[in-house]
Amino acid sequence: MNKRVKNVEEACLGIQDGMTLMLGGFGLCGIPENCIGQLVKMKVKNLVCISNNAGVDDFGLGLLLQNRQIRKMVSSYVGENEEFERQMLSGELEVDLIPQGSLAERCRAGGAGIPAFYTPAGFGTEIAVGKEMKMYNGKPHILESALTADFAIVKAWKGDTEGNLIYKDTARNFNPLMAMAGKITIAEVEELVKPGDLDPNFIHTPGIFVQRIFQGEKYEKRIEQRTVRPRK
Amino acid sequence: MALDKNGIARRIAQELRHGWYVNLGIGIPTLVANYIPEGIDVEFQSENGILGMGPFPFEGEESADLINAGKQTVTLRKGACIFDSALSFAMIRGQHVQLTVLGAMEVSQNGDIANWKIPGKMVKGMGGAMDLVASAENIIVAMIHANKAGESKLLKKCSLPLTGVGCVKRIVSDLAVLDVKDNKFHLVERAPGVSVEEIIRLTEGDLVVPESVPEMNI
Repeated sequence: MNKRVKNVEEACLGIQDGMTLMLGGFGLCGIPENCIGQLVKMKVKNLVCISNNAGVDDFGLGLLLQNRQIRKMVSSYVGENEEFERQMLSGELEVDLIPQGSLAERCRAGGAGIPAFYTPAGFGTEIAVGKEMKMYNGKPHILESALTADFAIVKAWKGDTEGNLIYKDTARNFNPLMAMAGKITIAEVEELVKPGDLDPNFIHTPGIFVQRIFQGEKYEKRIEQRTVRPRK
Repeated sequence: MALDKNGIARRIAQELRHGWYVNLGIGIPTLVANYIPEGIDVEFQSENGILGMGPFPFEGEESADLINAGKQTVTLRKGACIFDSALSFAMIRGQHVQLTVLGAMEVSQNGDIANWKIPGKMVKGMGGAMDLVASAENIIVAMIHANKAGESKLLKKCSLPLTGVGCVKRIVSDLAVLDVKDNKFHLVERAPGVSVEEIIRLTEGDLVVPESVPEMNI
C-alpha cells in the first residue's frame, strides 16, 4: 500500500488547533524536524504535545513553545529549555511529567490495545496521587493508562513507500512506540526508497503503523551536547 | 579531604562486579565508566536505548544520532545493541540490569531519594529515575554530603518531592560510604583524611558508627 505523500505540507494536512500530537525523539536526537517546522508555519495552537523532551529554546519543540502553540506538554524531562521553564513556573503552560519508562510503555500500550498496566515506577511519589495502587509479588504498583494521539509524528533514517521504517542508532528512542499510537502516523525519513529496497528482516516499524510517509527536505540534526575526546 | 567528583566515581567503580549490566545516571555517575577496575567486564546500559555504550567519540567522529541519556555524544563498543525506549525500560523494570548509579539532592535514612524537583524553583523532570529506583535491586547514590551552608543532605526525612521510596541501599558521598538499613545510616568507610566527627556533624539522619571506620582505599 503506497503511503507516500508529496511533501511536508501534505503530510501535516488535517492537524488542527487543540489536537493531541505525539512527537518522537530524545532530546534533539531523532526528532521530526521537518514536521515541526511545518507546525510553526501552520500556526496551529492549543496543542497537547506528548514528547519525552521539549527541545531547546531555538530548536525542536522549543520553536513551538516560543510561539505559544503548545497548551500542554506531556514529557519525562524538560531541562535545558529556559522558555519552557518560564512558561511552566508562571502557569502559562500545563505540564504533565511522567517517568520515562512509563511514558514509553503508555505509548506502546496505546498502540497495542492495552488500556492500562501496573508499574512500580513512581509509587510513593507525587505522580502516584490519584492513581490506583495494587500489590503484586509483595511490591506496590500503580496503574498507568495508555496514551494515544490524533497524530503521531516520527522520524526515521530509512523508509519505503509502504511505510516500513528503520531508525539509526539512538534516534530510535520513542519513535517506534509513538508510531504505533497515532490515529494518523506521519513518518518523515532521511531516505525514502521503493518497496523491496529494505531487508524485511531489519524493519523496526512495520508499515501498518504508518499512514503518511515522505522524505524530509533537509536535516540539521543539531547536537545538544557535543562531548568528544582528543585523538592521541 | 573531601573527595571531588572523580574521587566519588572512583570509589563507586570499586562496587562493580564482573558480568554486570550497569546503568549510570547523569553527572557524577557517568564518570564511573572512567574507573572500571582491571579484569572486570561490565556493560553500560543507557536508557535512551544502548547496551554496550563506549567512551566519548574522537573529535570529528561525533554523531547527532548517537547519544547517551544525558544527551552527550557517545560511541558503541563492539557487540553493542540499540533498542527503543520501551524495551530499554523493560530491561530496567524486569531487573535485567544489576546496578543503577544515580545522583541525589536528598536521601533519607529509610532509603527514600529526592532528585527531580525543587518546588517553585527547578523542575527538570524525573527522566528515567523513578523507573530506575523503583525496580533496581541494587542502587548506589552518588552525592555531596552537605550543601555549601553545611546543611546535611542525608536526612531523617526528605524535604523535597520524592523520586522513590525505601530504595537506596548504599551512598557514596564526598565524605563517606554509608549503607542504608533498619531505618538508619550506617557508616562504612570515610574519605581519606575525613574524620568520623565531621561525618557525624554533617549527617542529620540517625547514623550508626562502628568502633573502627576504615579509610577508603582509592
